[in-house]
Amino acid sequence: MASIMNAGGLPSDQPGYSFSNASAPSESSGPRQHAFNPYTDNGGSTLGVTGADFAILAGDTRSTSGYNINTRYAPKLFRIGDDGDSSSRIVLSVVGFAADGNALKERLDAIVKMYKYQHGKPMSVKACAQRLSTILYQKRFFPYYVHAILGGLDDDGKGALYSYDPVGSYEREQCRAAGAAASLIMPFLDNQVNYKNQYIPASGTGHELQPRAIESLPKEDVIGLVKDAFTSATERHIEVGDGLQMLIITKDGIEEIYTPLKRD
Amino acid sequence: MPGFDFSNYNRNAALHARGVPLPKATSTGTTIVGCIFDNGVVIAADTRATSGPIVADKNCEKLHYISPNIWCAGAGTAADTEFTTALISSNLELHALSTGRTPRVVTVMTLLKQHLFRYQGHIGAYLVVAGVDPTGIGLFTVHAHGSTDKLPYVTMGSGSLAAMAVFESTWKRDCTKEEAIKVCSEAILAGIFNDLGSGSNVDVCVIEKDKPTQLLRNYFKPNERVKKERDYKFARGTTAVLNEKVITKEEIGRYVTVHELSSGSDSDSLVVVEKMDVDEV
Repeated sequence: MASIMNAGGLPSDQPGYSFSNASAPSESSGPRQHAFNPYTDNGGSTLGVTGADFAILAGDTRSTSGYNINTRYAPKLFRIGDDGDSSSRIVLSVVGFAADGNALKERLDAIVKMYKYQHGKPMSVKACAQRLSTILYQKRFFPYYVHAILGGLDDDGKGALYSYDPVGSYEREQCRAAGAAASLIMPFLDNQVNYKNQYIPASGTGHELQPRAIESLPKEDVIGLVKDAFTSATERHIEVGDGLQMLIITKDGIEEIYTPLKRD
Repeated sequence: MPGFDFSNYNRNAALHARGVPLPKATSTGTTIVGCIFDNGVVIAADTRATSGPIVADKNCEKLHYISPNIWCAGAGTAADTEFTTALISSNLELHALSTGRTPRVVTVMTLLKQHLFRYQGHIGAYLVVAGVDPTGIGLFTVHAHGSTDKLPYVTMGSGSLAAMAVFESTWKRDCTKEEAIKVCSEAILAGIFNDLGSGSNVDVCVIEKDKPTQLLRNYFKPNERVKKERDYKFARGTTAVLNEKVITKEEIGRYVTVHELSSGSDSDSLVVVEKMDVDEV
């Protein structure tokens, strides 16, 4: 070990670069910049899957900051435009910065309720999805720091799911995972819901092999997939756990299922 | 030349200065504790290893062997705790052989702090050193920068606050072996459930005077994986085969020696060369 100290050519602050290092930012010199950090990440994950006549939204109930747990039960799923007469068929899920998620939920909820009072009919999911995009884009330069997923039933009674980026870009999809464990859950959903990388055995050779056709899954199967997605995410992501909240939207209403998850 | 290899230092410093991020080391964002009792000392640890927010290992070993009666619990950079304890264990064995005495806990603590201080905190090893030697019972913490503490109960790692809360509320002096094991494992459980960097199982090590050391691997398993709701077995042929090449025994025999294991083609006659430990499903 002593030979390192005697080597002479010990690494110093000025390494022998063979190129100029002018682009390197130095923190000690120049004007000091003050920073305002209004955002925090509260972790957790959400996901949504649609079927022929239902939509399922799910999210874990843990709220974190750093290595700490704020609470083991902070729902990320909200019924939108629910005024007590159980006509509401829209659910919003938000993951990211919880305070912005709550603010966004309050705003959208008020707008959907006002729409019903003014027009005498509940807002369609399609209209609500477009309105949510507008709300997000209005704060283009001070965004709601959330990944939102909106679920419900469309005018034909089919399951509808819309996913958003923080500034309002959105798309209707069959399934979507968001939040901390999105990168763990999304490939699982691609494979198990849209049958990506699955082929029909012996339907051809090499590139002629026929891909497995997409079918709309029954509700019970999707509930199983969602539970498995979250128990698996809980195993490998430290910010996911405590509890799983699922909201299942059908023509008969919104059913809620709560399942405990691991608490470590 | 012994010691670390710095030959890539200049290149890596230049790359980093131009915005290439540093590689991410596996850290054992951990809960480790230790507590003395009337006739010895107990150390305990959780078994989660993380890389950022991802769980890298659900059942790793953070209790390291130094000598038969001295053990070490490690937090911080996984590789640093592993190699530092192995190095000190090796040096201590040679020291014990040349002196003809059983090694002391203070010696281990001093070797560790001198090694770590020399590297100015760049070796990210945060350790709890515990053992019994001819001078009595020893329990120390060693920080990566080289500072040490000697206390009747200690905690370290990201879950140290959760664990210390248990000690500060329930620890009593002159406790028995059973009481020490209980308070240590409960402190680890506090870390497992309240600190995101800690998780999975509790490992305990009991070192007692004039008795063989007991390593109680997975003393508690409070976080067993639940059964999956659905079956994820794929039908044979689900994956596309785009290319196929068969290498015959005769072809490969030109480069390596081929041994026939058995004449039968049934799977029962397969010879198991080495069995790997895997998680129970």
